[in-house]
Amino acid sequence: MNMYQAIRDAMSTALAEDDTAVVFGEDVAFGGVFRCTMGLSEEFGIDRVFNTPLTEQGIAGFGIGLAATGQTAIAEIQFADYIFPAFDQASRIVNEAAKMRYRSGGHFTAGSLTIRSPSMSVGHGGLYHSQSPEGFFLGAAGLKIVVPRSPIQAKGLLLASIRDSNPVIFFEPKILYRSANEHVPLSPYTLPLSSAEILQQGQDLTIVSWGTPLYTIETALSMIASPPPQFENFVPQDVRKAKIEVIDLRTILPWDRDTIVQSVKKTGRLLIVHEAGRIGGVGSEIASVVTEECFLQLEAPVRRVCGWDTPVALVYEKFFIPDAVRILDAIVSTLHY
Amino acid sequence: MSNPRVVRRKWPDSNCGKPGTVGHVVVLLAHDAAGSSGPLRVPSDPPKTTGSLPGASASALTTKLYFFNAVLERALIPTFRILDGSGNVMEGAEILSDQMDRDLALRIYESMMILPAMDNILYNVQRQGKISFYMTSHGEEATIIGTAAALGPNDEVLGQYREMGIALWRGCPPEEFMAQCFSNEHDHGKGRQMPVHYGSRAYKFHTISSPLATQIPQAAGVAYALKRDPARRGKDCAVCFFGEGAASEGDFHAGLGMASVLGGPLIYVCRNNGFAISTPAVEQYHGDGIASRGPGYGIPTIRVDGNDILAVYNAAKRARELAVAESTTVLIEAMTYRVGHHSTSDDSFAYRARQEVEDWKKIDNPLHRMRKFLELKGWWSEEEEERLKASQKKRVLNAFTHSEKQLKPSLSNLFTDVYDQEPWNLAEQRAELRDLLKKYGDIWEPWRHELQKFRNNGRDV
Repeated sequence: MNMYQAIRDAMSTALAEDDTAVVFGEDVAFGGVFRCTMGLSEEFGIDRVFNTPLTEQGIAGFGIGLAATGQTAIAEIQFADYIFPAFDQASRIVNEAAKMRYRSGGHFTAGSLTIRSPSMSVGHGGLYHSQSPEGFFLGAAGLKIVVPRSPIQAKGLLLASIRDSNPVIFFEPKILYRSANEHVPLSPYTLPLSSAEILQQGQDLTIVSWGTPLYTIETALSMIASPPPQFENFVPQDVRKAKIEVIDLRTILPWDRDTIVQSVKKTGRLLIVHEAGRIGGVGSEIASVVTEECFLQLEAPVRRVCGWDTPVALVYEKFFIPDAVRILDAIVSTLHY
Repeated sequence: MSNPRVVRRKWPDSNCGKPGTVGHVVVLLAHDAAGSSGPLRVPSDPPKTTGSLPGASASALTTKLYFFNAVLERALIPTFRILDGSGNVMEGAEILSDQMDRDLALRIYESMMILPAMDNILYNVQRQGKISFYMTSHGEEATIIGTAAALGPNDEVLGQYREMGIALWRGCPPEEFMAQCFSNEHDHGKGRQMPVHYGSRAYKFHTISSPLATQIPQAAGVAYALKRDPARRGKDCAVCFFGEGAASEGDFHAGLGMASVLGGPLIYVCRNNGFAISTPAVEQYHGDGIASRGPGYGIPTIRVDGNDILAVYNAAKRARELAVAESTTVLIEAMTYRVGHHSTSDDSFAYRARQEVEDWKKIDNPLHRMRKFLELKGWWSEEEEERLKASQKKRVLNAFTHSEKQLKPSLSNLFTDVYDQEPWNLAEQRAELRDLLKKYGDIWEPWRHELQKFRNNGRDV
């Protein structure tokens, strides 16, 4: 299964096990612009998988209303870039979904709402088909934010998000929809939220990331272990043998502090990689918590490799994203600090 | 404006059968001051064919170059009224067969009257600093209670903030509402929101939030949920209130668009009281109020006299029948006047004349009109009026005295209900506050003074 098929599979499970569950958004009825809802409306009926008018604040508000009655609402925002009308014009997600349980003393919640949205760069998305807005939602206490890295992760984390009794935004790295393929169990399963996953053990450096950059990190690590000839001069021998711990954060809010802190206490070095710009990015929050918790163990400054603090410009994307060479460079300098 | 005559004209070749739907033009022949009902400004030659493009395939083709500029040309949408200013039923008024009997009428009047009784007390105690904020319903009693009386007991209510009367109608005791205003430990909201932001699962009254209009698309979602729920389908509907100012928010557009396309039983009630804080309606919109927008979304719409309890009740009753039977959205624009200040943080005489407000209170007061109706029926007397006023005042004062004395909730409620379970960051922050309270709780005066008001004096944090 590729990632869009795994996501479809999770929604199919949710619709089958829960009669109240509905899937809606712009263009989801025919299968969605990324094929994530293919065949669902034929299988479960047009009253359960349906198109909405083109209004992100309407979609979010509608989902909150459905959830307030206890029904399961799975909303799609066509691109993460277009979640902002639901964010600020209507104060929907931050002021309404996130705060409903708190402000009503638990009388009403939007807990059964999940908002899915494709995010991150795709090679040619320009300003409005490339963004990674997870950092904007960090201060939205009451909300959960989840980003999967692969089909197996996508199915398990999405099903967990749908079943979770808090509102969840599920950002799907769109470049992985077709490119990531793996054997995904056909039976339903969930993966825990607020739980990071250690993808590779190591003692010398911790790298934390989520979504697409995890693959770039893999490339950087192989370049470090056996540098191509033109990189010989830039990768000292001792760095090539470094044992690097790679962690997929998976849930951005509330994030798994313990796993990260334990890792950094062991390695003494931390590199955070994300596509969103550096200022106000999720990396700032992680860096400051790790500095508080691991002050005595840190042997180098916490490094962040991020998108630049610019919009995602079309023709410049190769120079904008945290590419393998930028990660390689940061690994070398952090290890040699 | 005297009784306007509405003529529905059908294009001969239109392929749409139902009156009032696409393919018809609704024309108003108004008997205006000059008594003329002159030539219509709409194209007079019926076209032969309709267009074929998908956006409006039933639209008739015309050879006339003509820009239309109103839902009803030449006149405004009429306002449905049953009672005149003296409480008499107007000649020819359309009243539903299940017209209110004495019991219902008296219950409505008592519910209308308890609103100013509460408003007066709570407005004054805010002035004394005993609660931090308040918003009255003065002038809008008929709109709120008239709608409440027409609803089913399990209809889901999503309000803006001036609709507390719905919960009172449903049996919410004044103490419960005051618990919210005083942020005491009996507040369902655990003292977290500003006064007037009431909510209760028991009364199907969705918790009020300050951001305007956000409830409008939420109501579309609630209505859709009701349509899909086998236990509630065909029985319950959603009702969503908002002011004419909130209707300028994008959420109004989003909500009506979503609701009309996706369906589900829903009544939108716009309280058009002429002002959004200081902004008069003429600076809020240039069209024919909010009602004119309903047909644009394909939503059956009515404008009612919001100070006429019978008009509101009948319109809401019929709206509910329509919404539930057809699983559709209905829009009511209730024309009224905000007699009180916007809130306790507002002095409305900074932007409107005191005399204007006094005039409204006298000339068009929903409470007086209802009372006159009751008196004409022989259902009400001066003595009963005095008795009701005295007993309601006493009831409200008792509730106030009781509510004022209650403790604030446990301080630990500051940290609960953010999520279903407390994440590490909140557990840590709670511990941080606990340690600070231990160190400074007795010596830092702002905290020491405040902690005495809370249950457990903050020791539970």
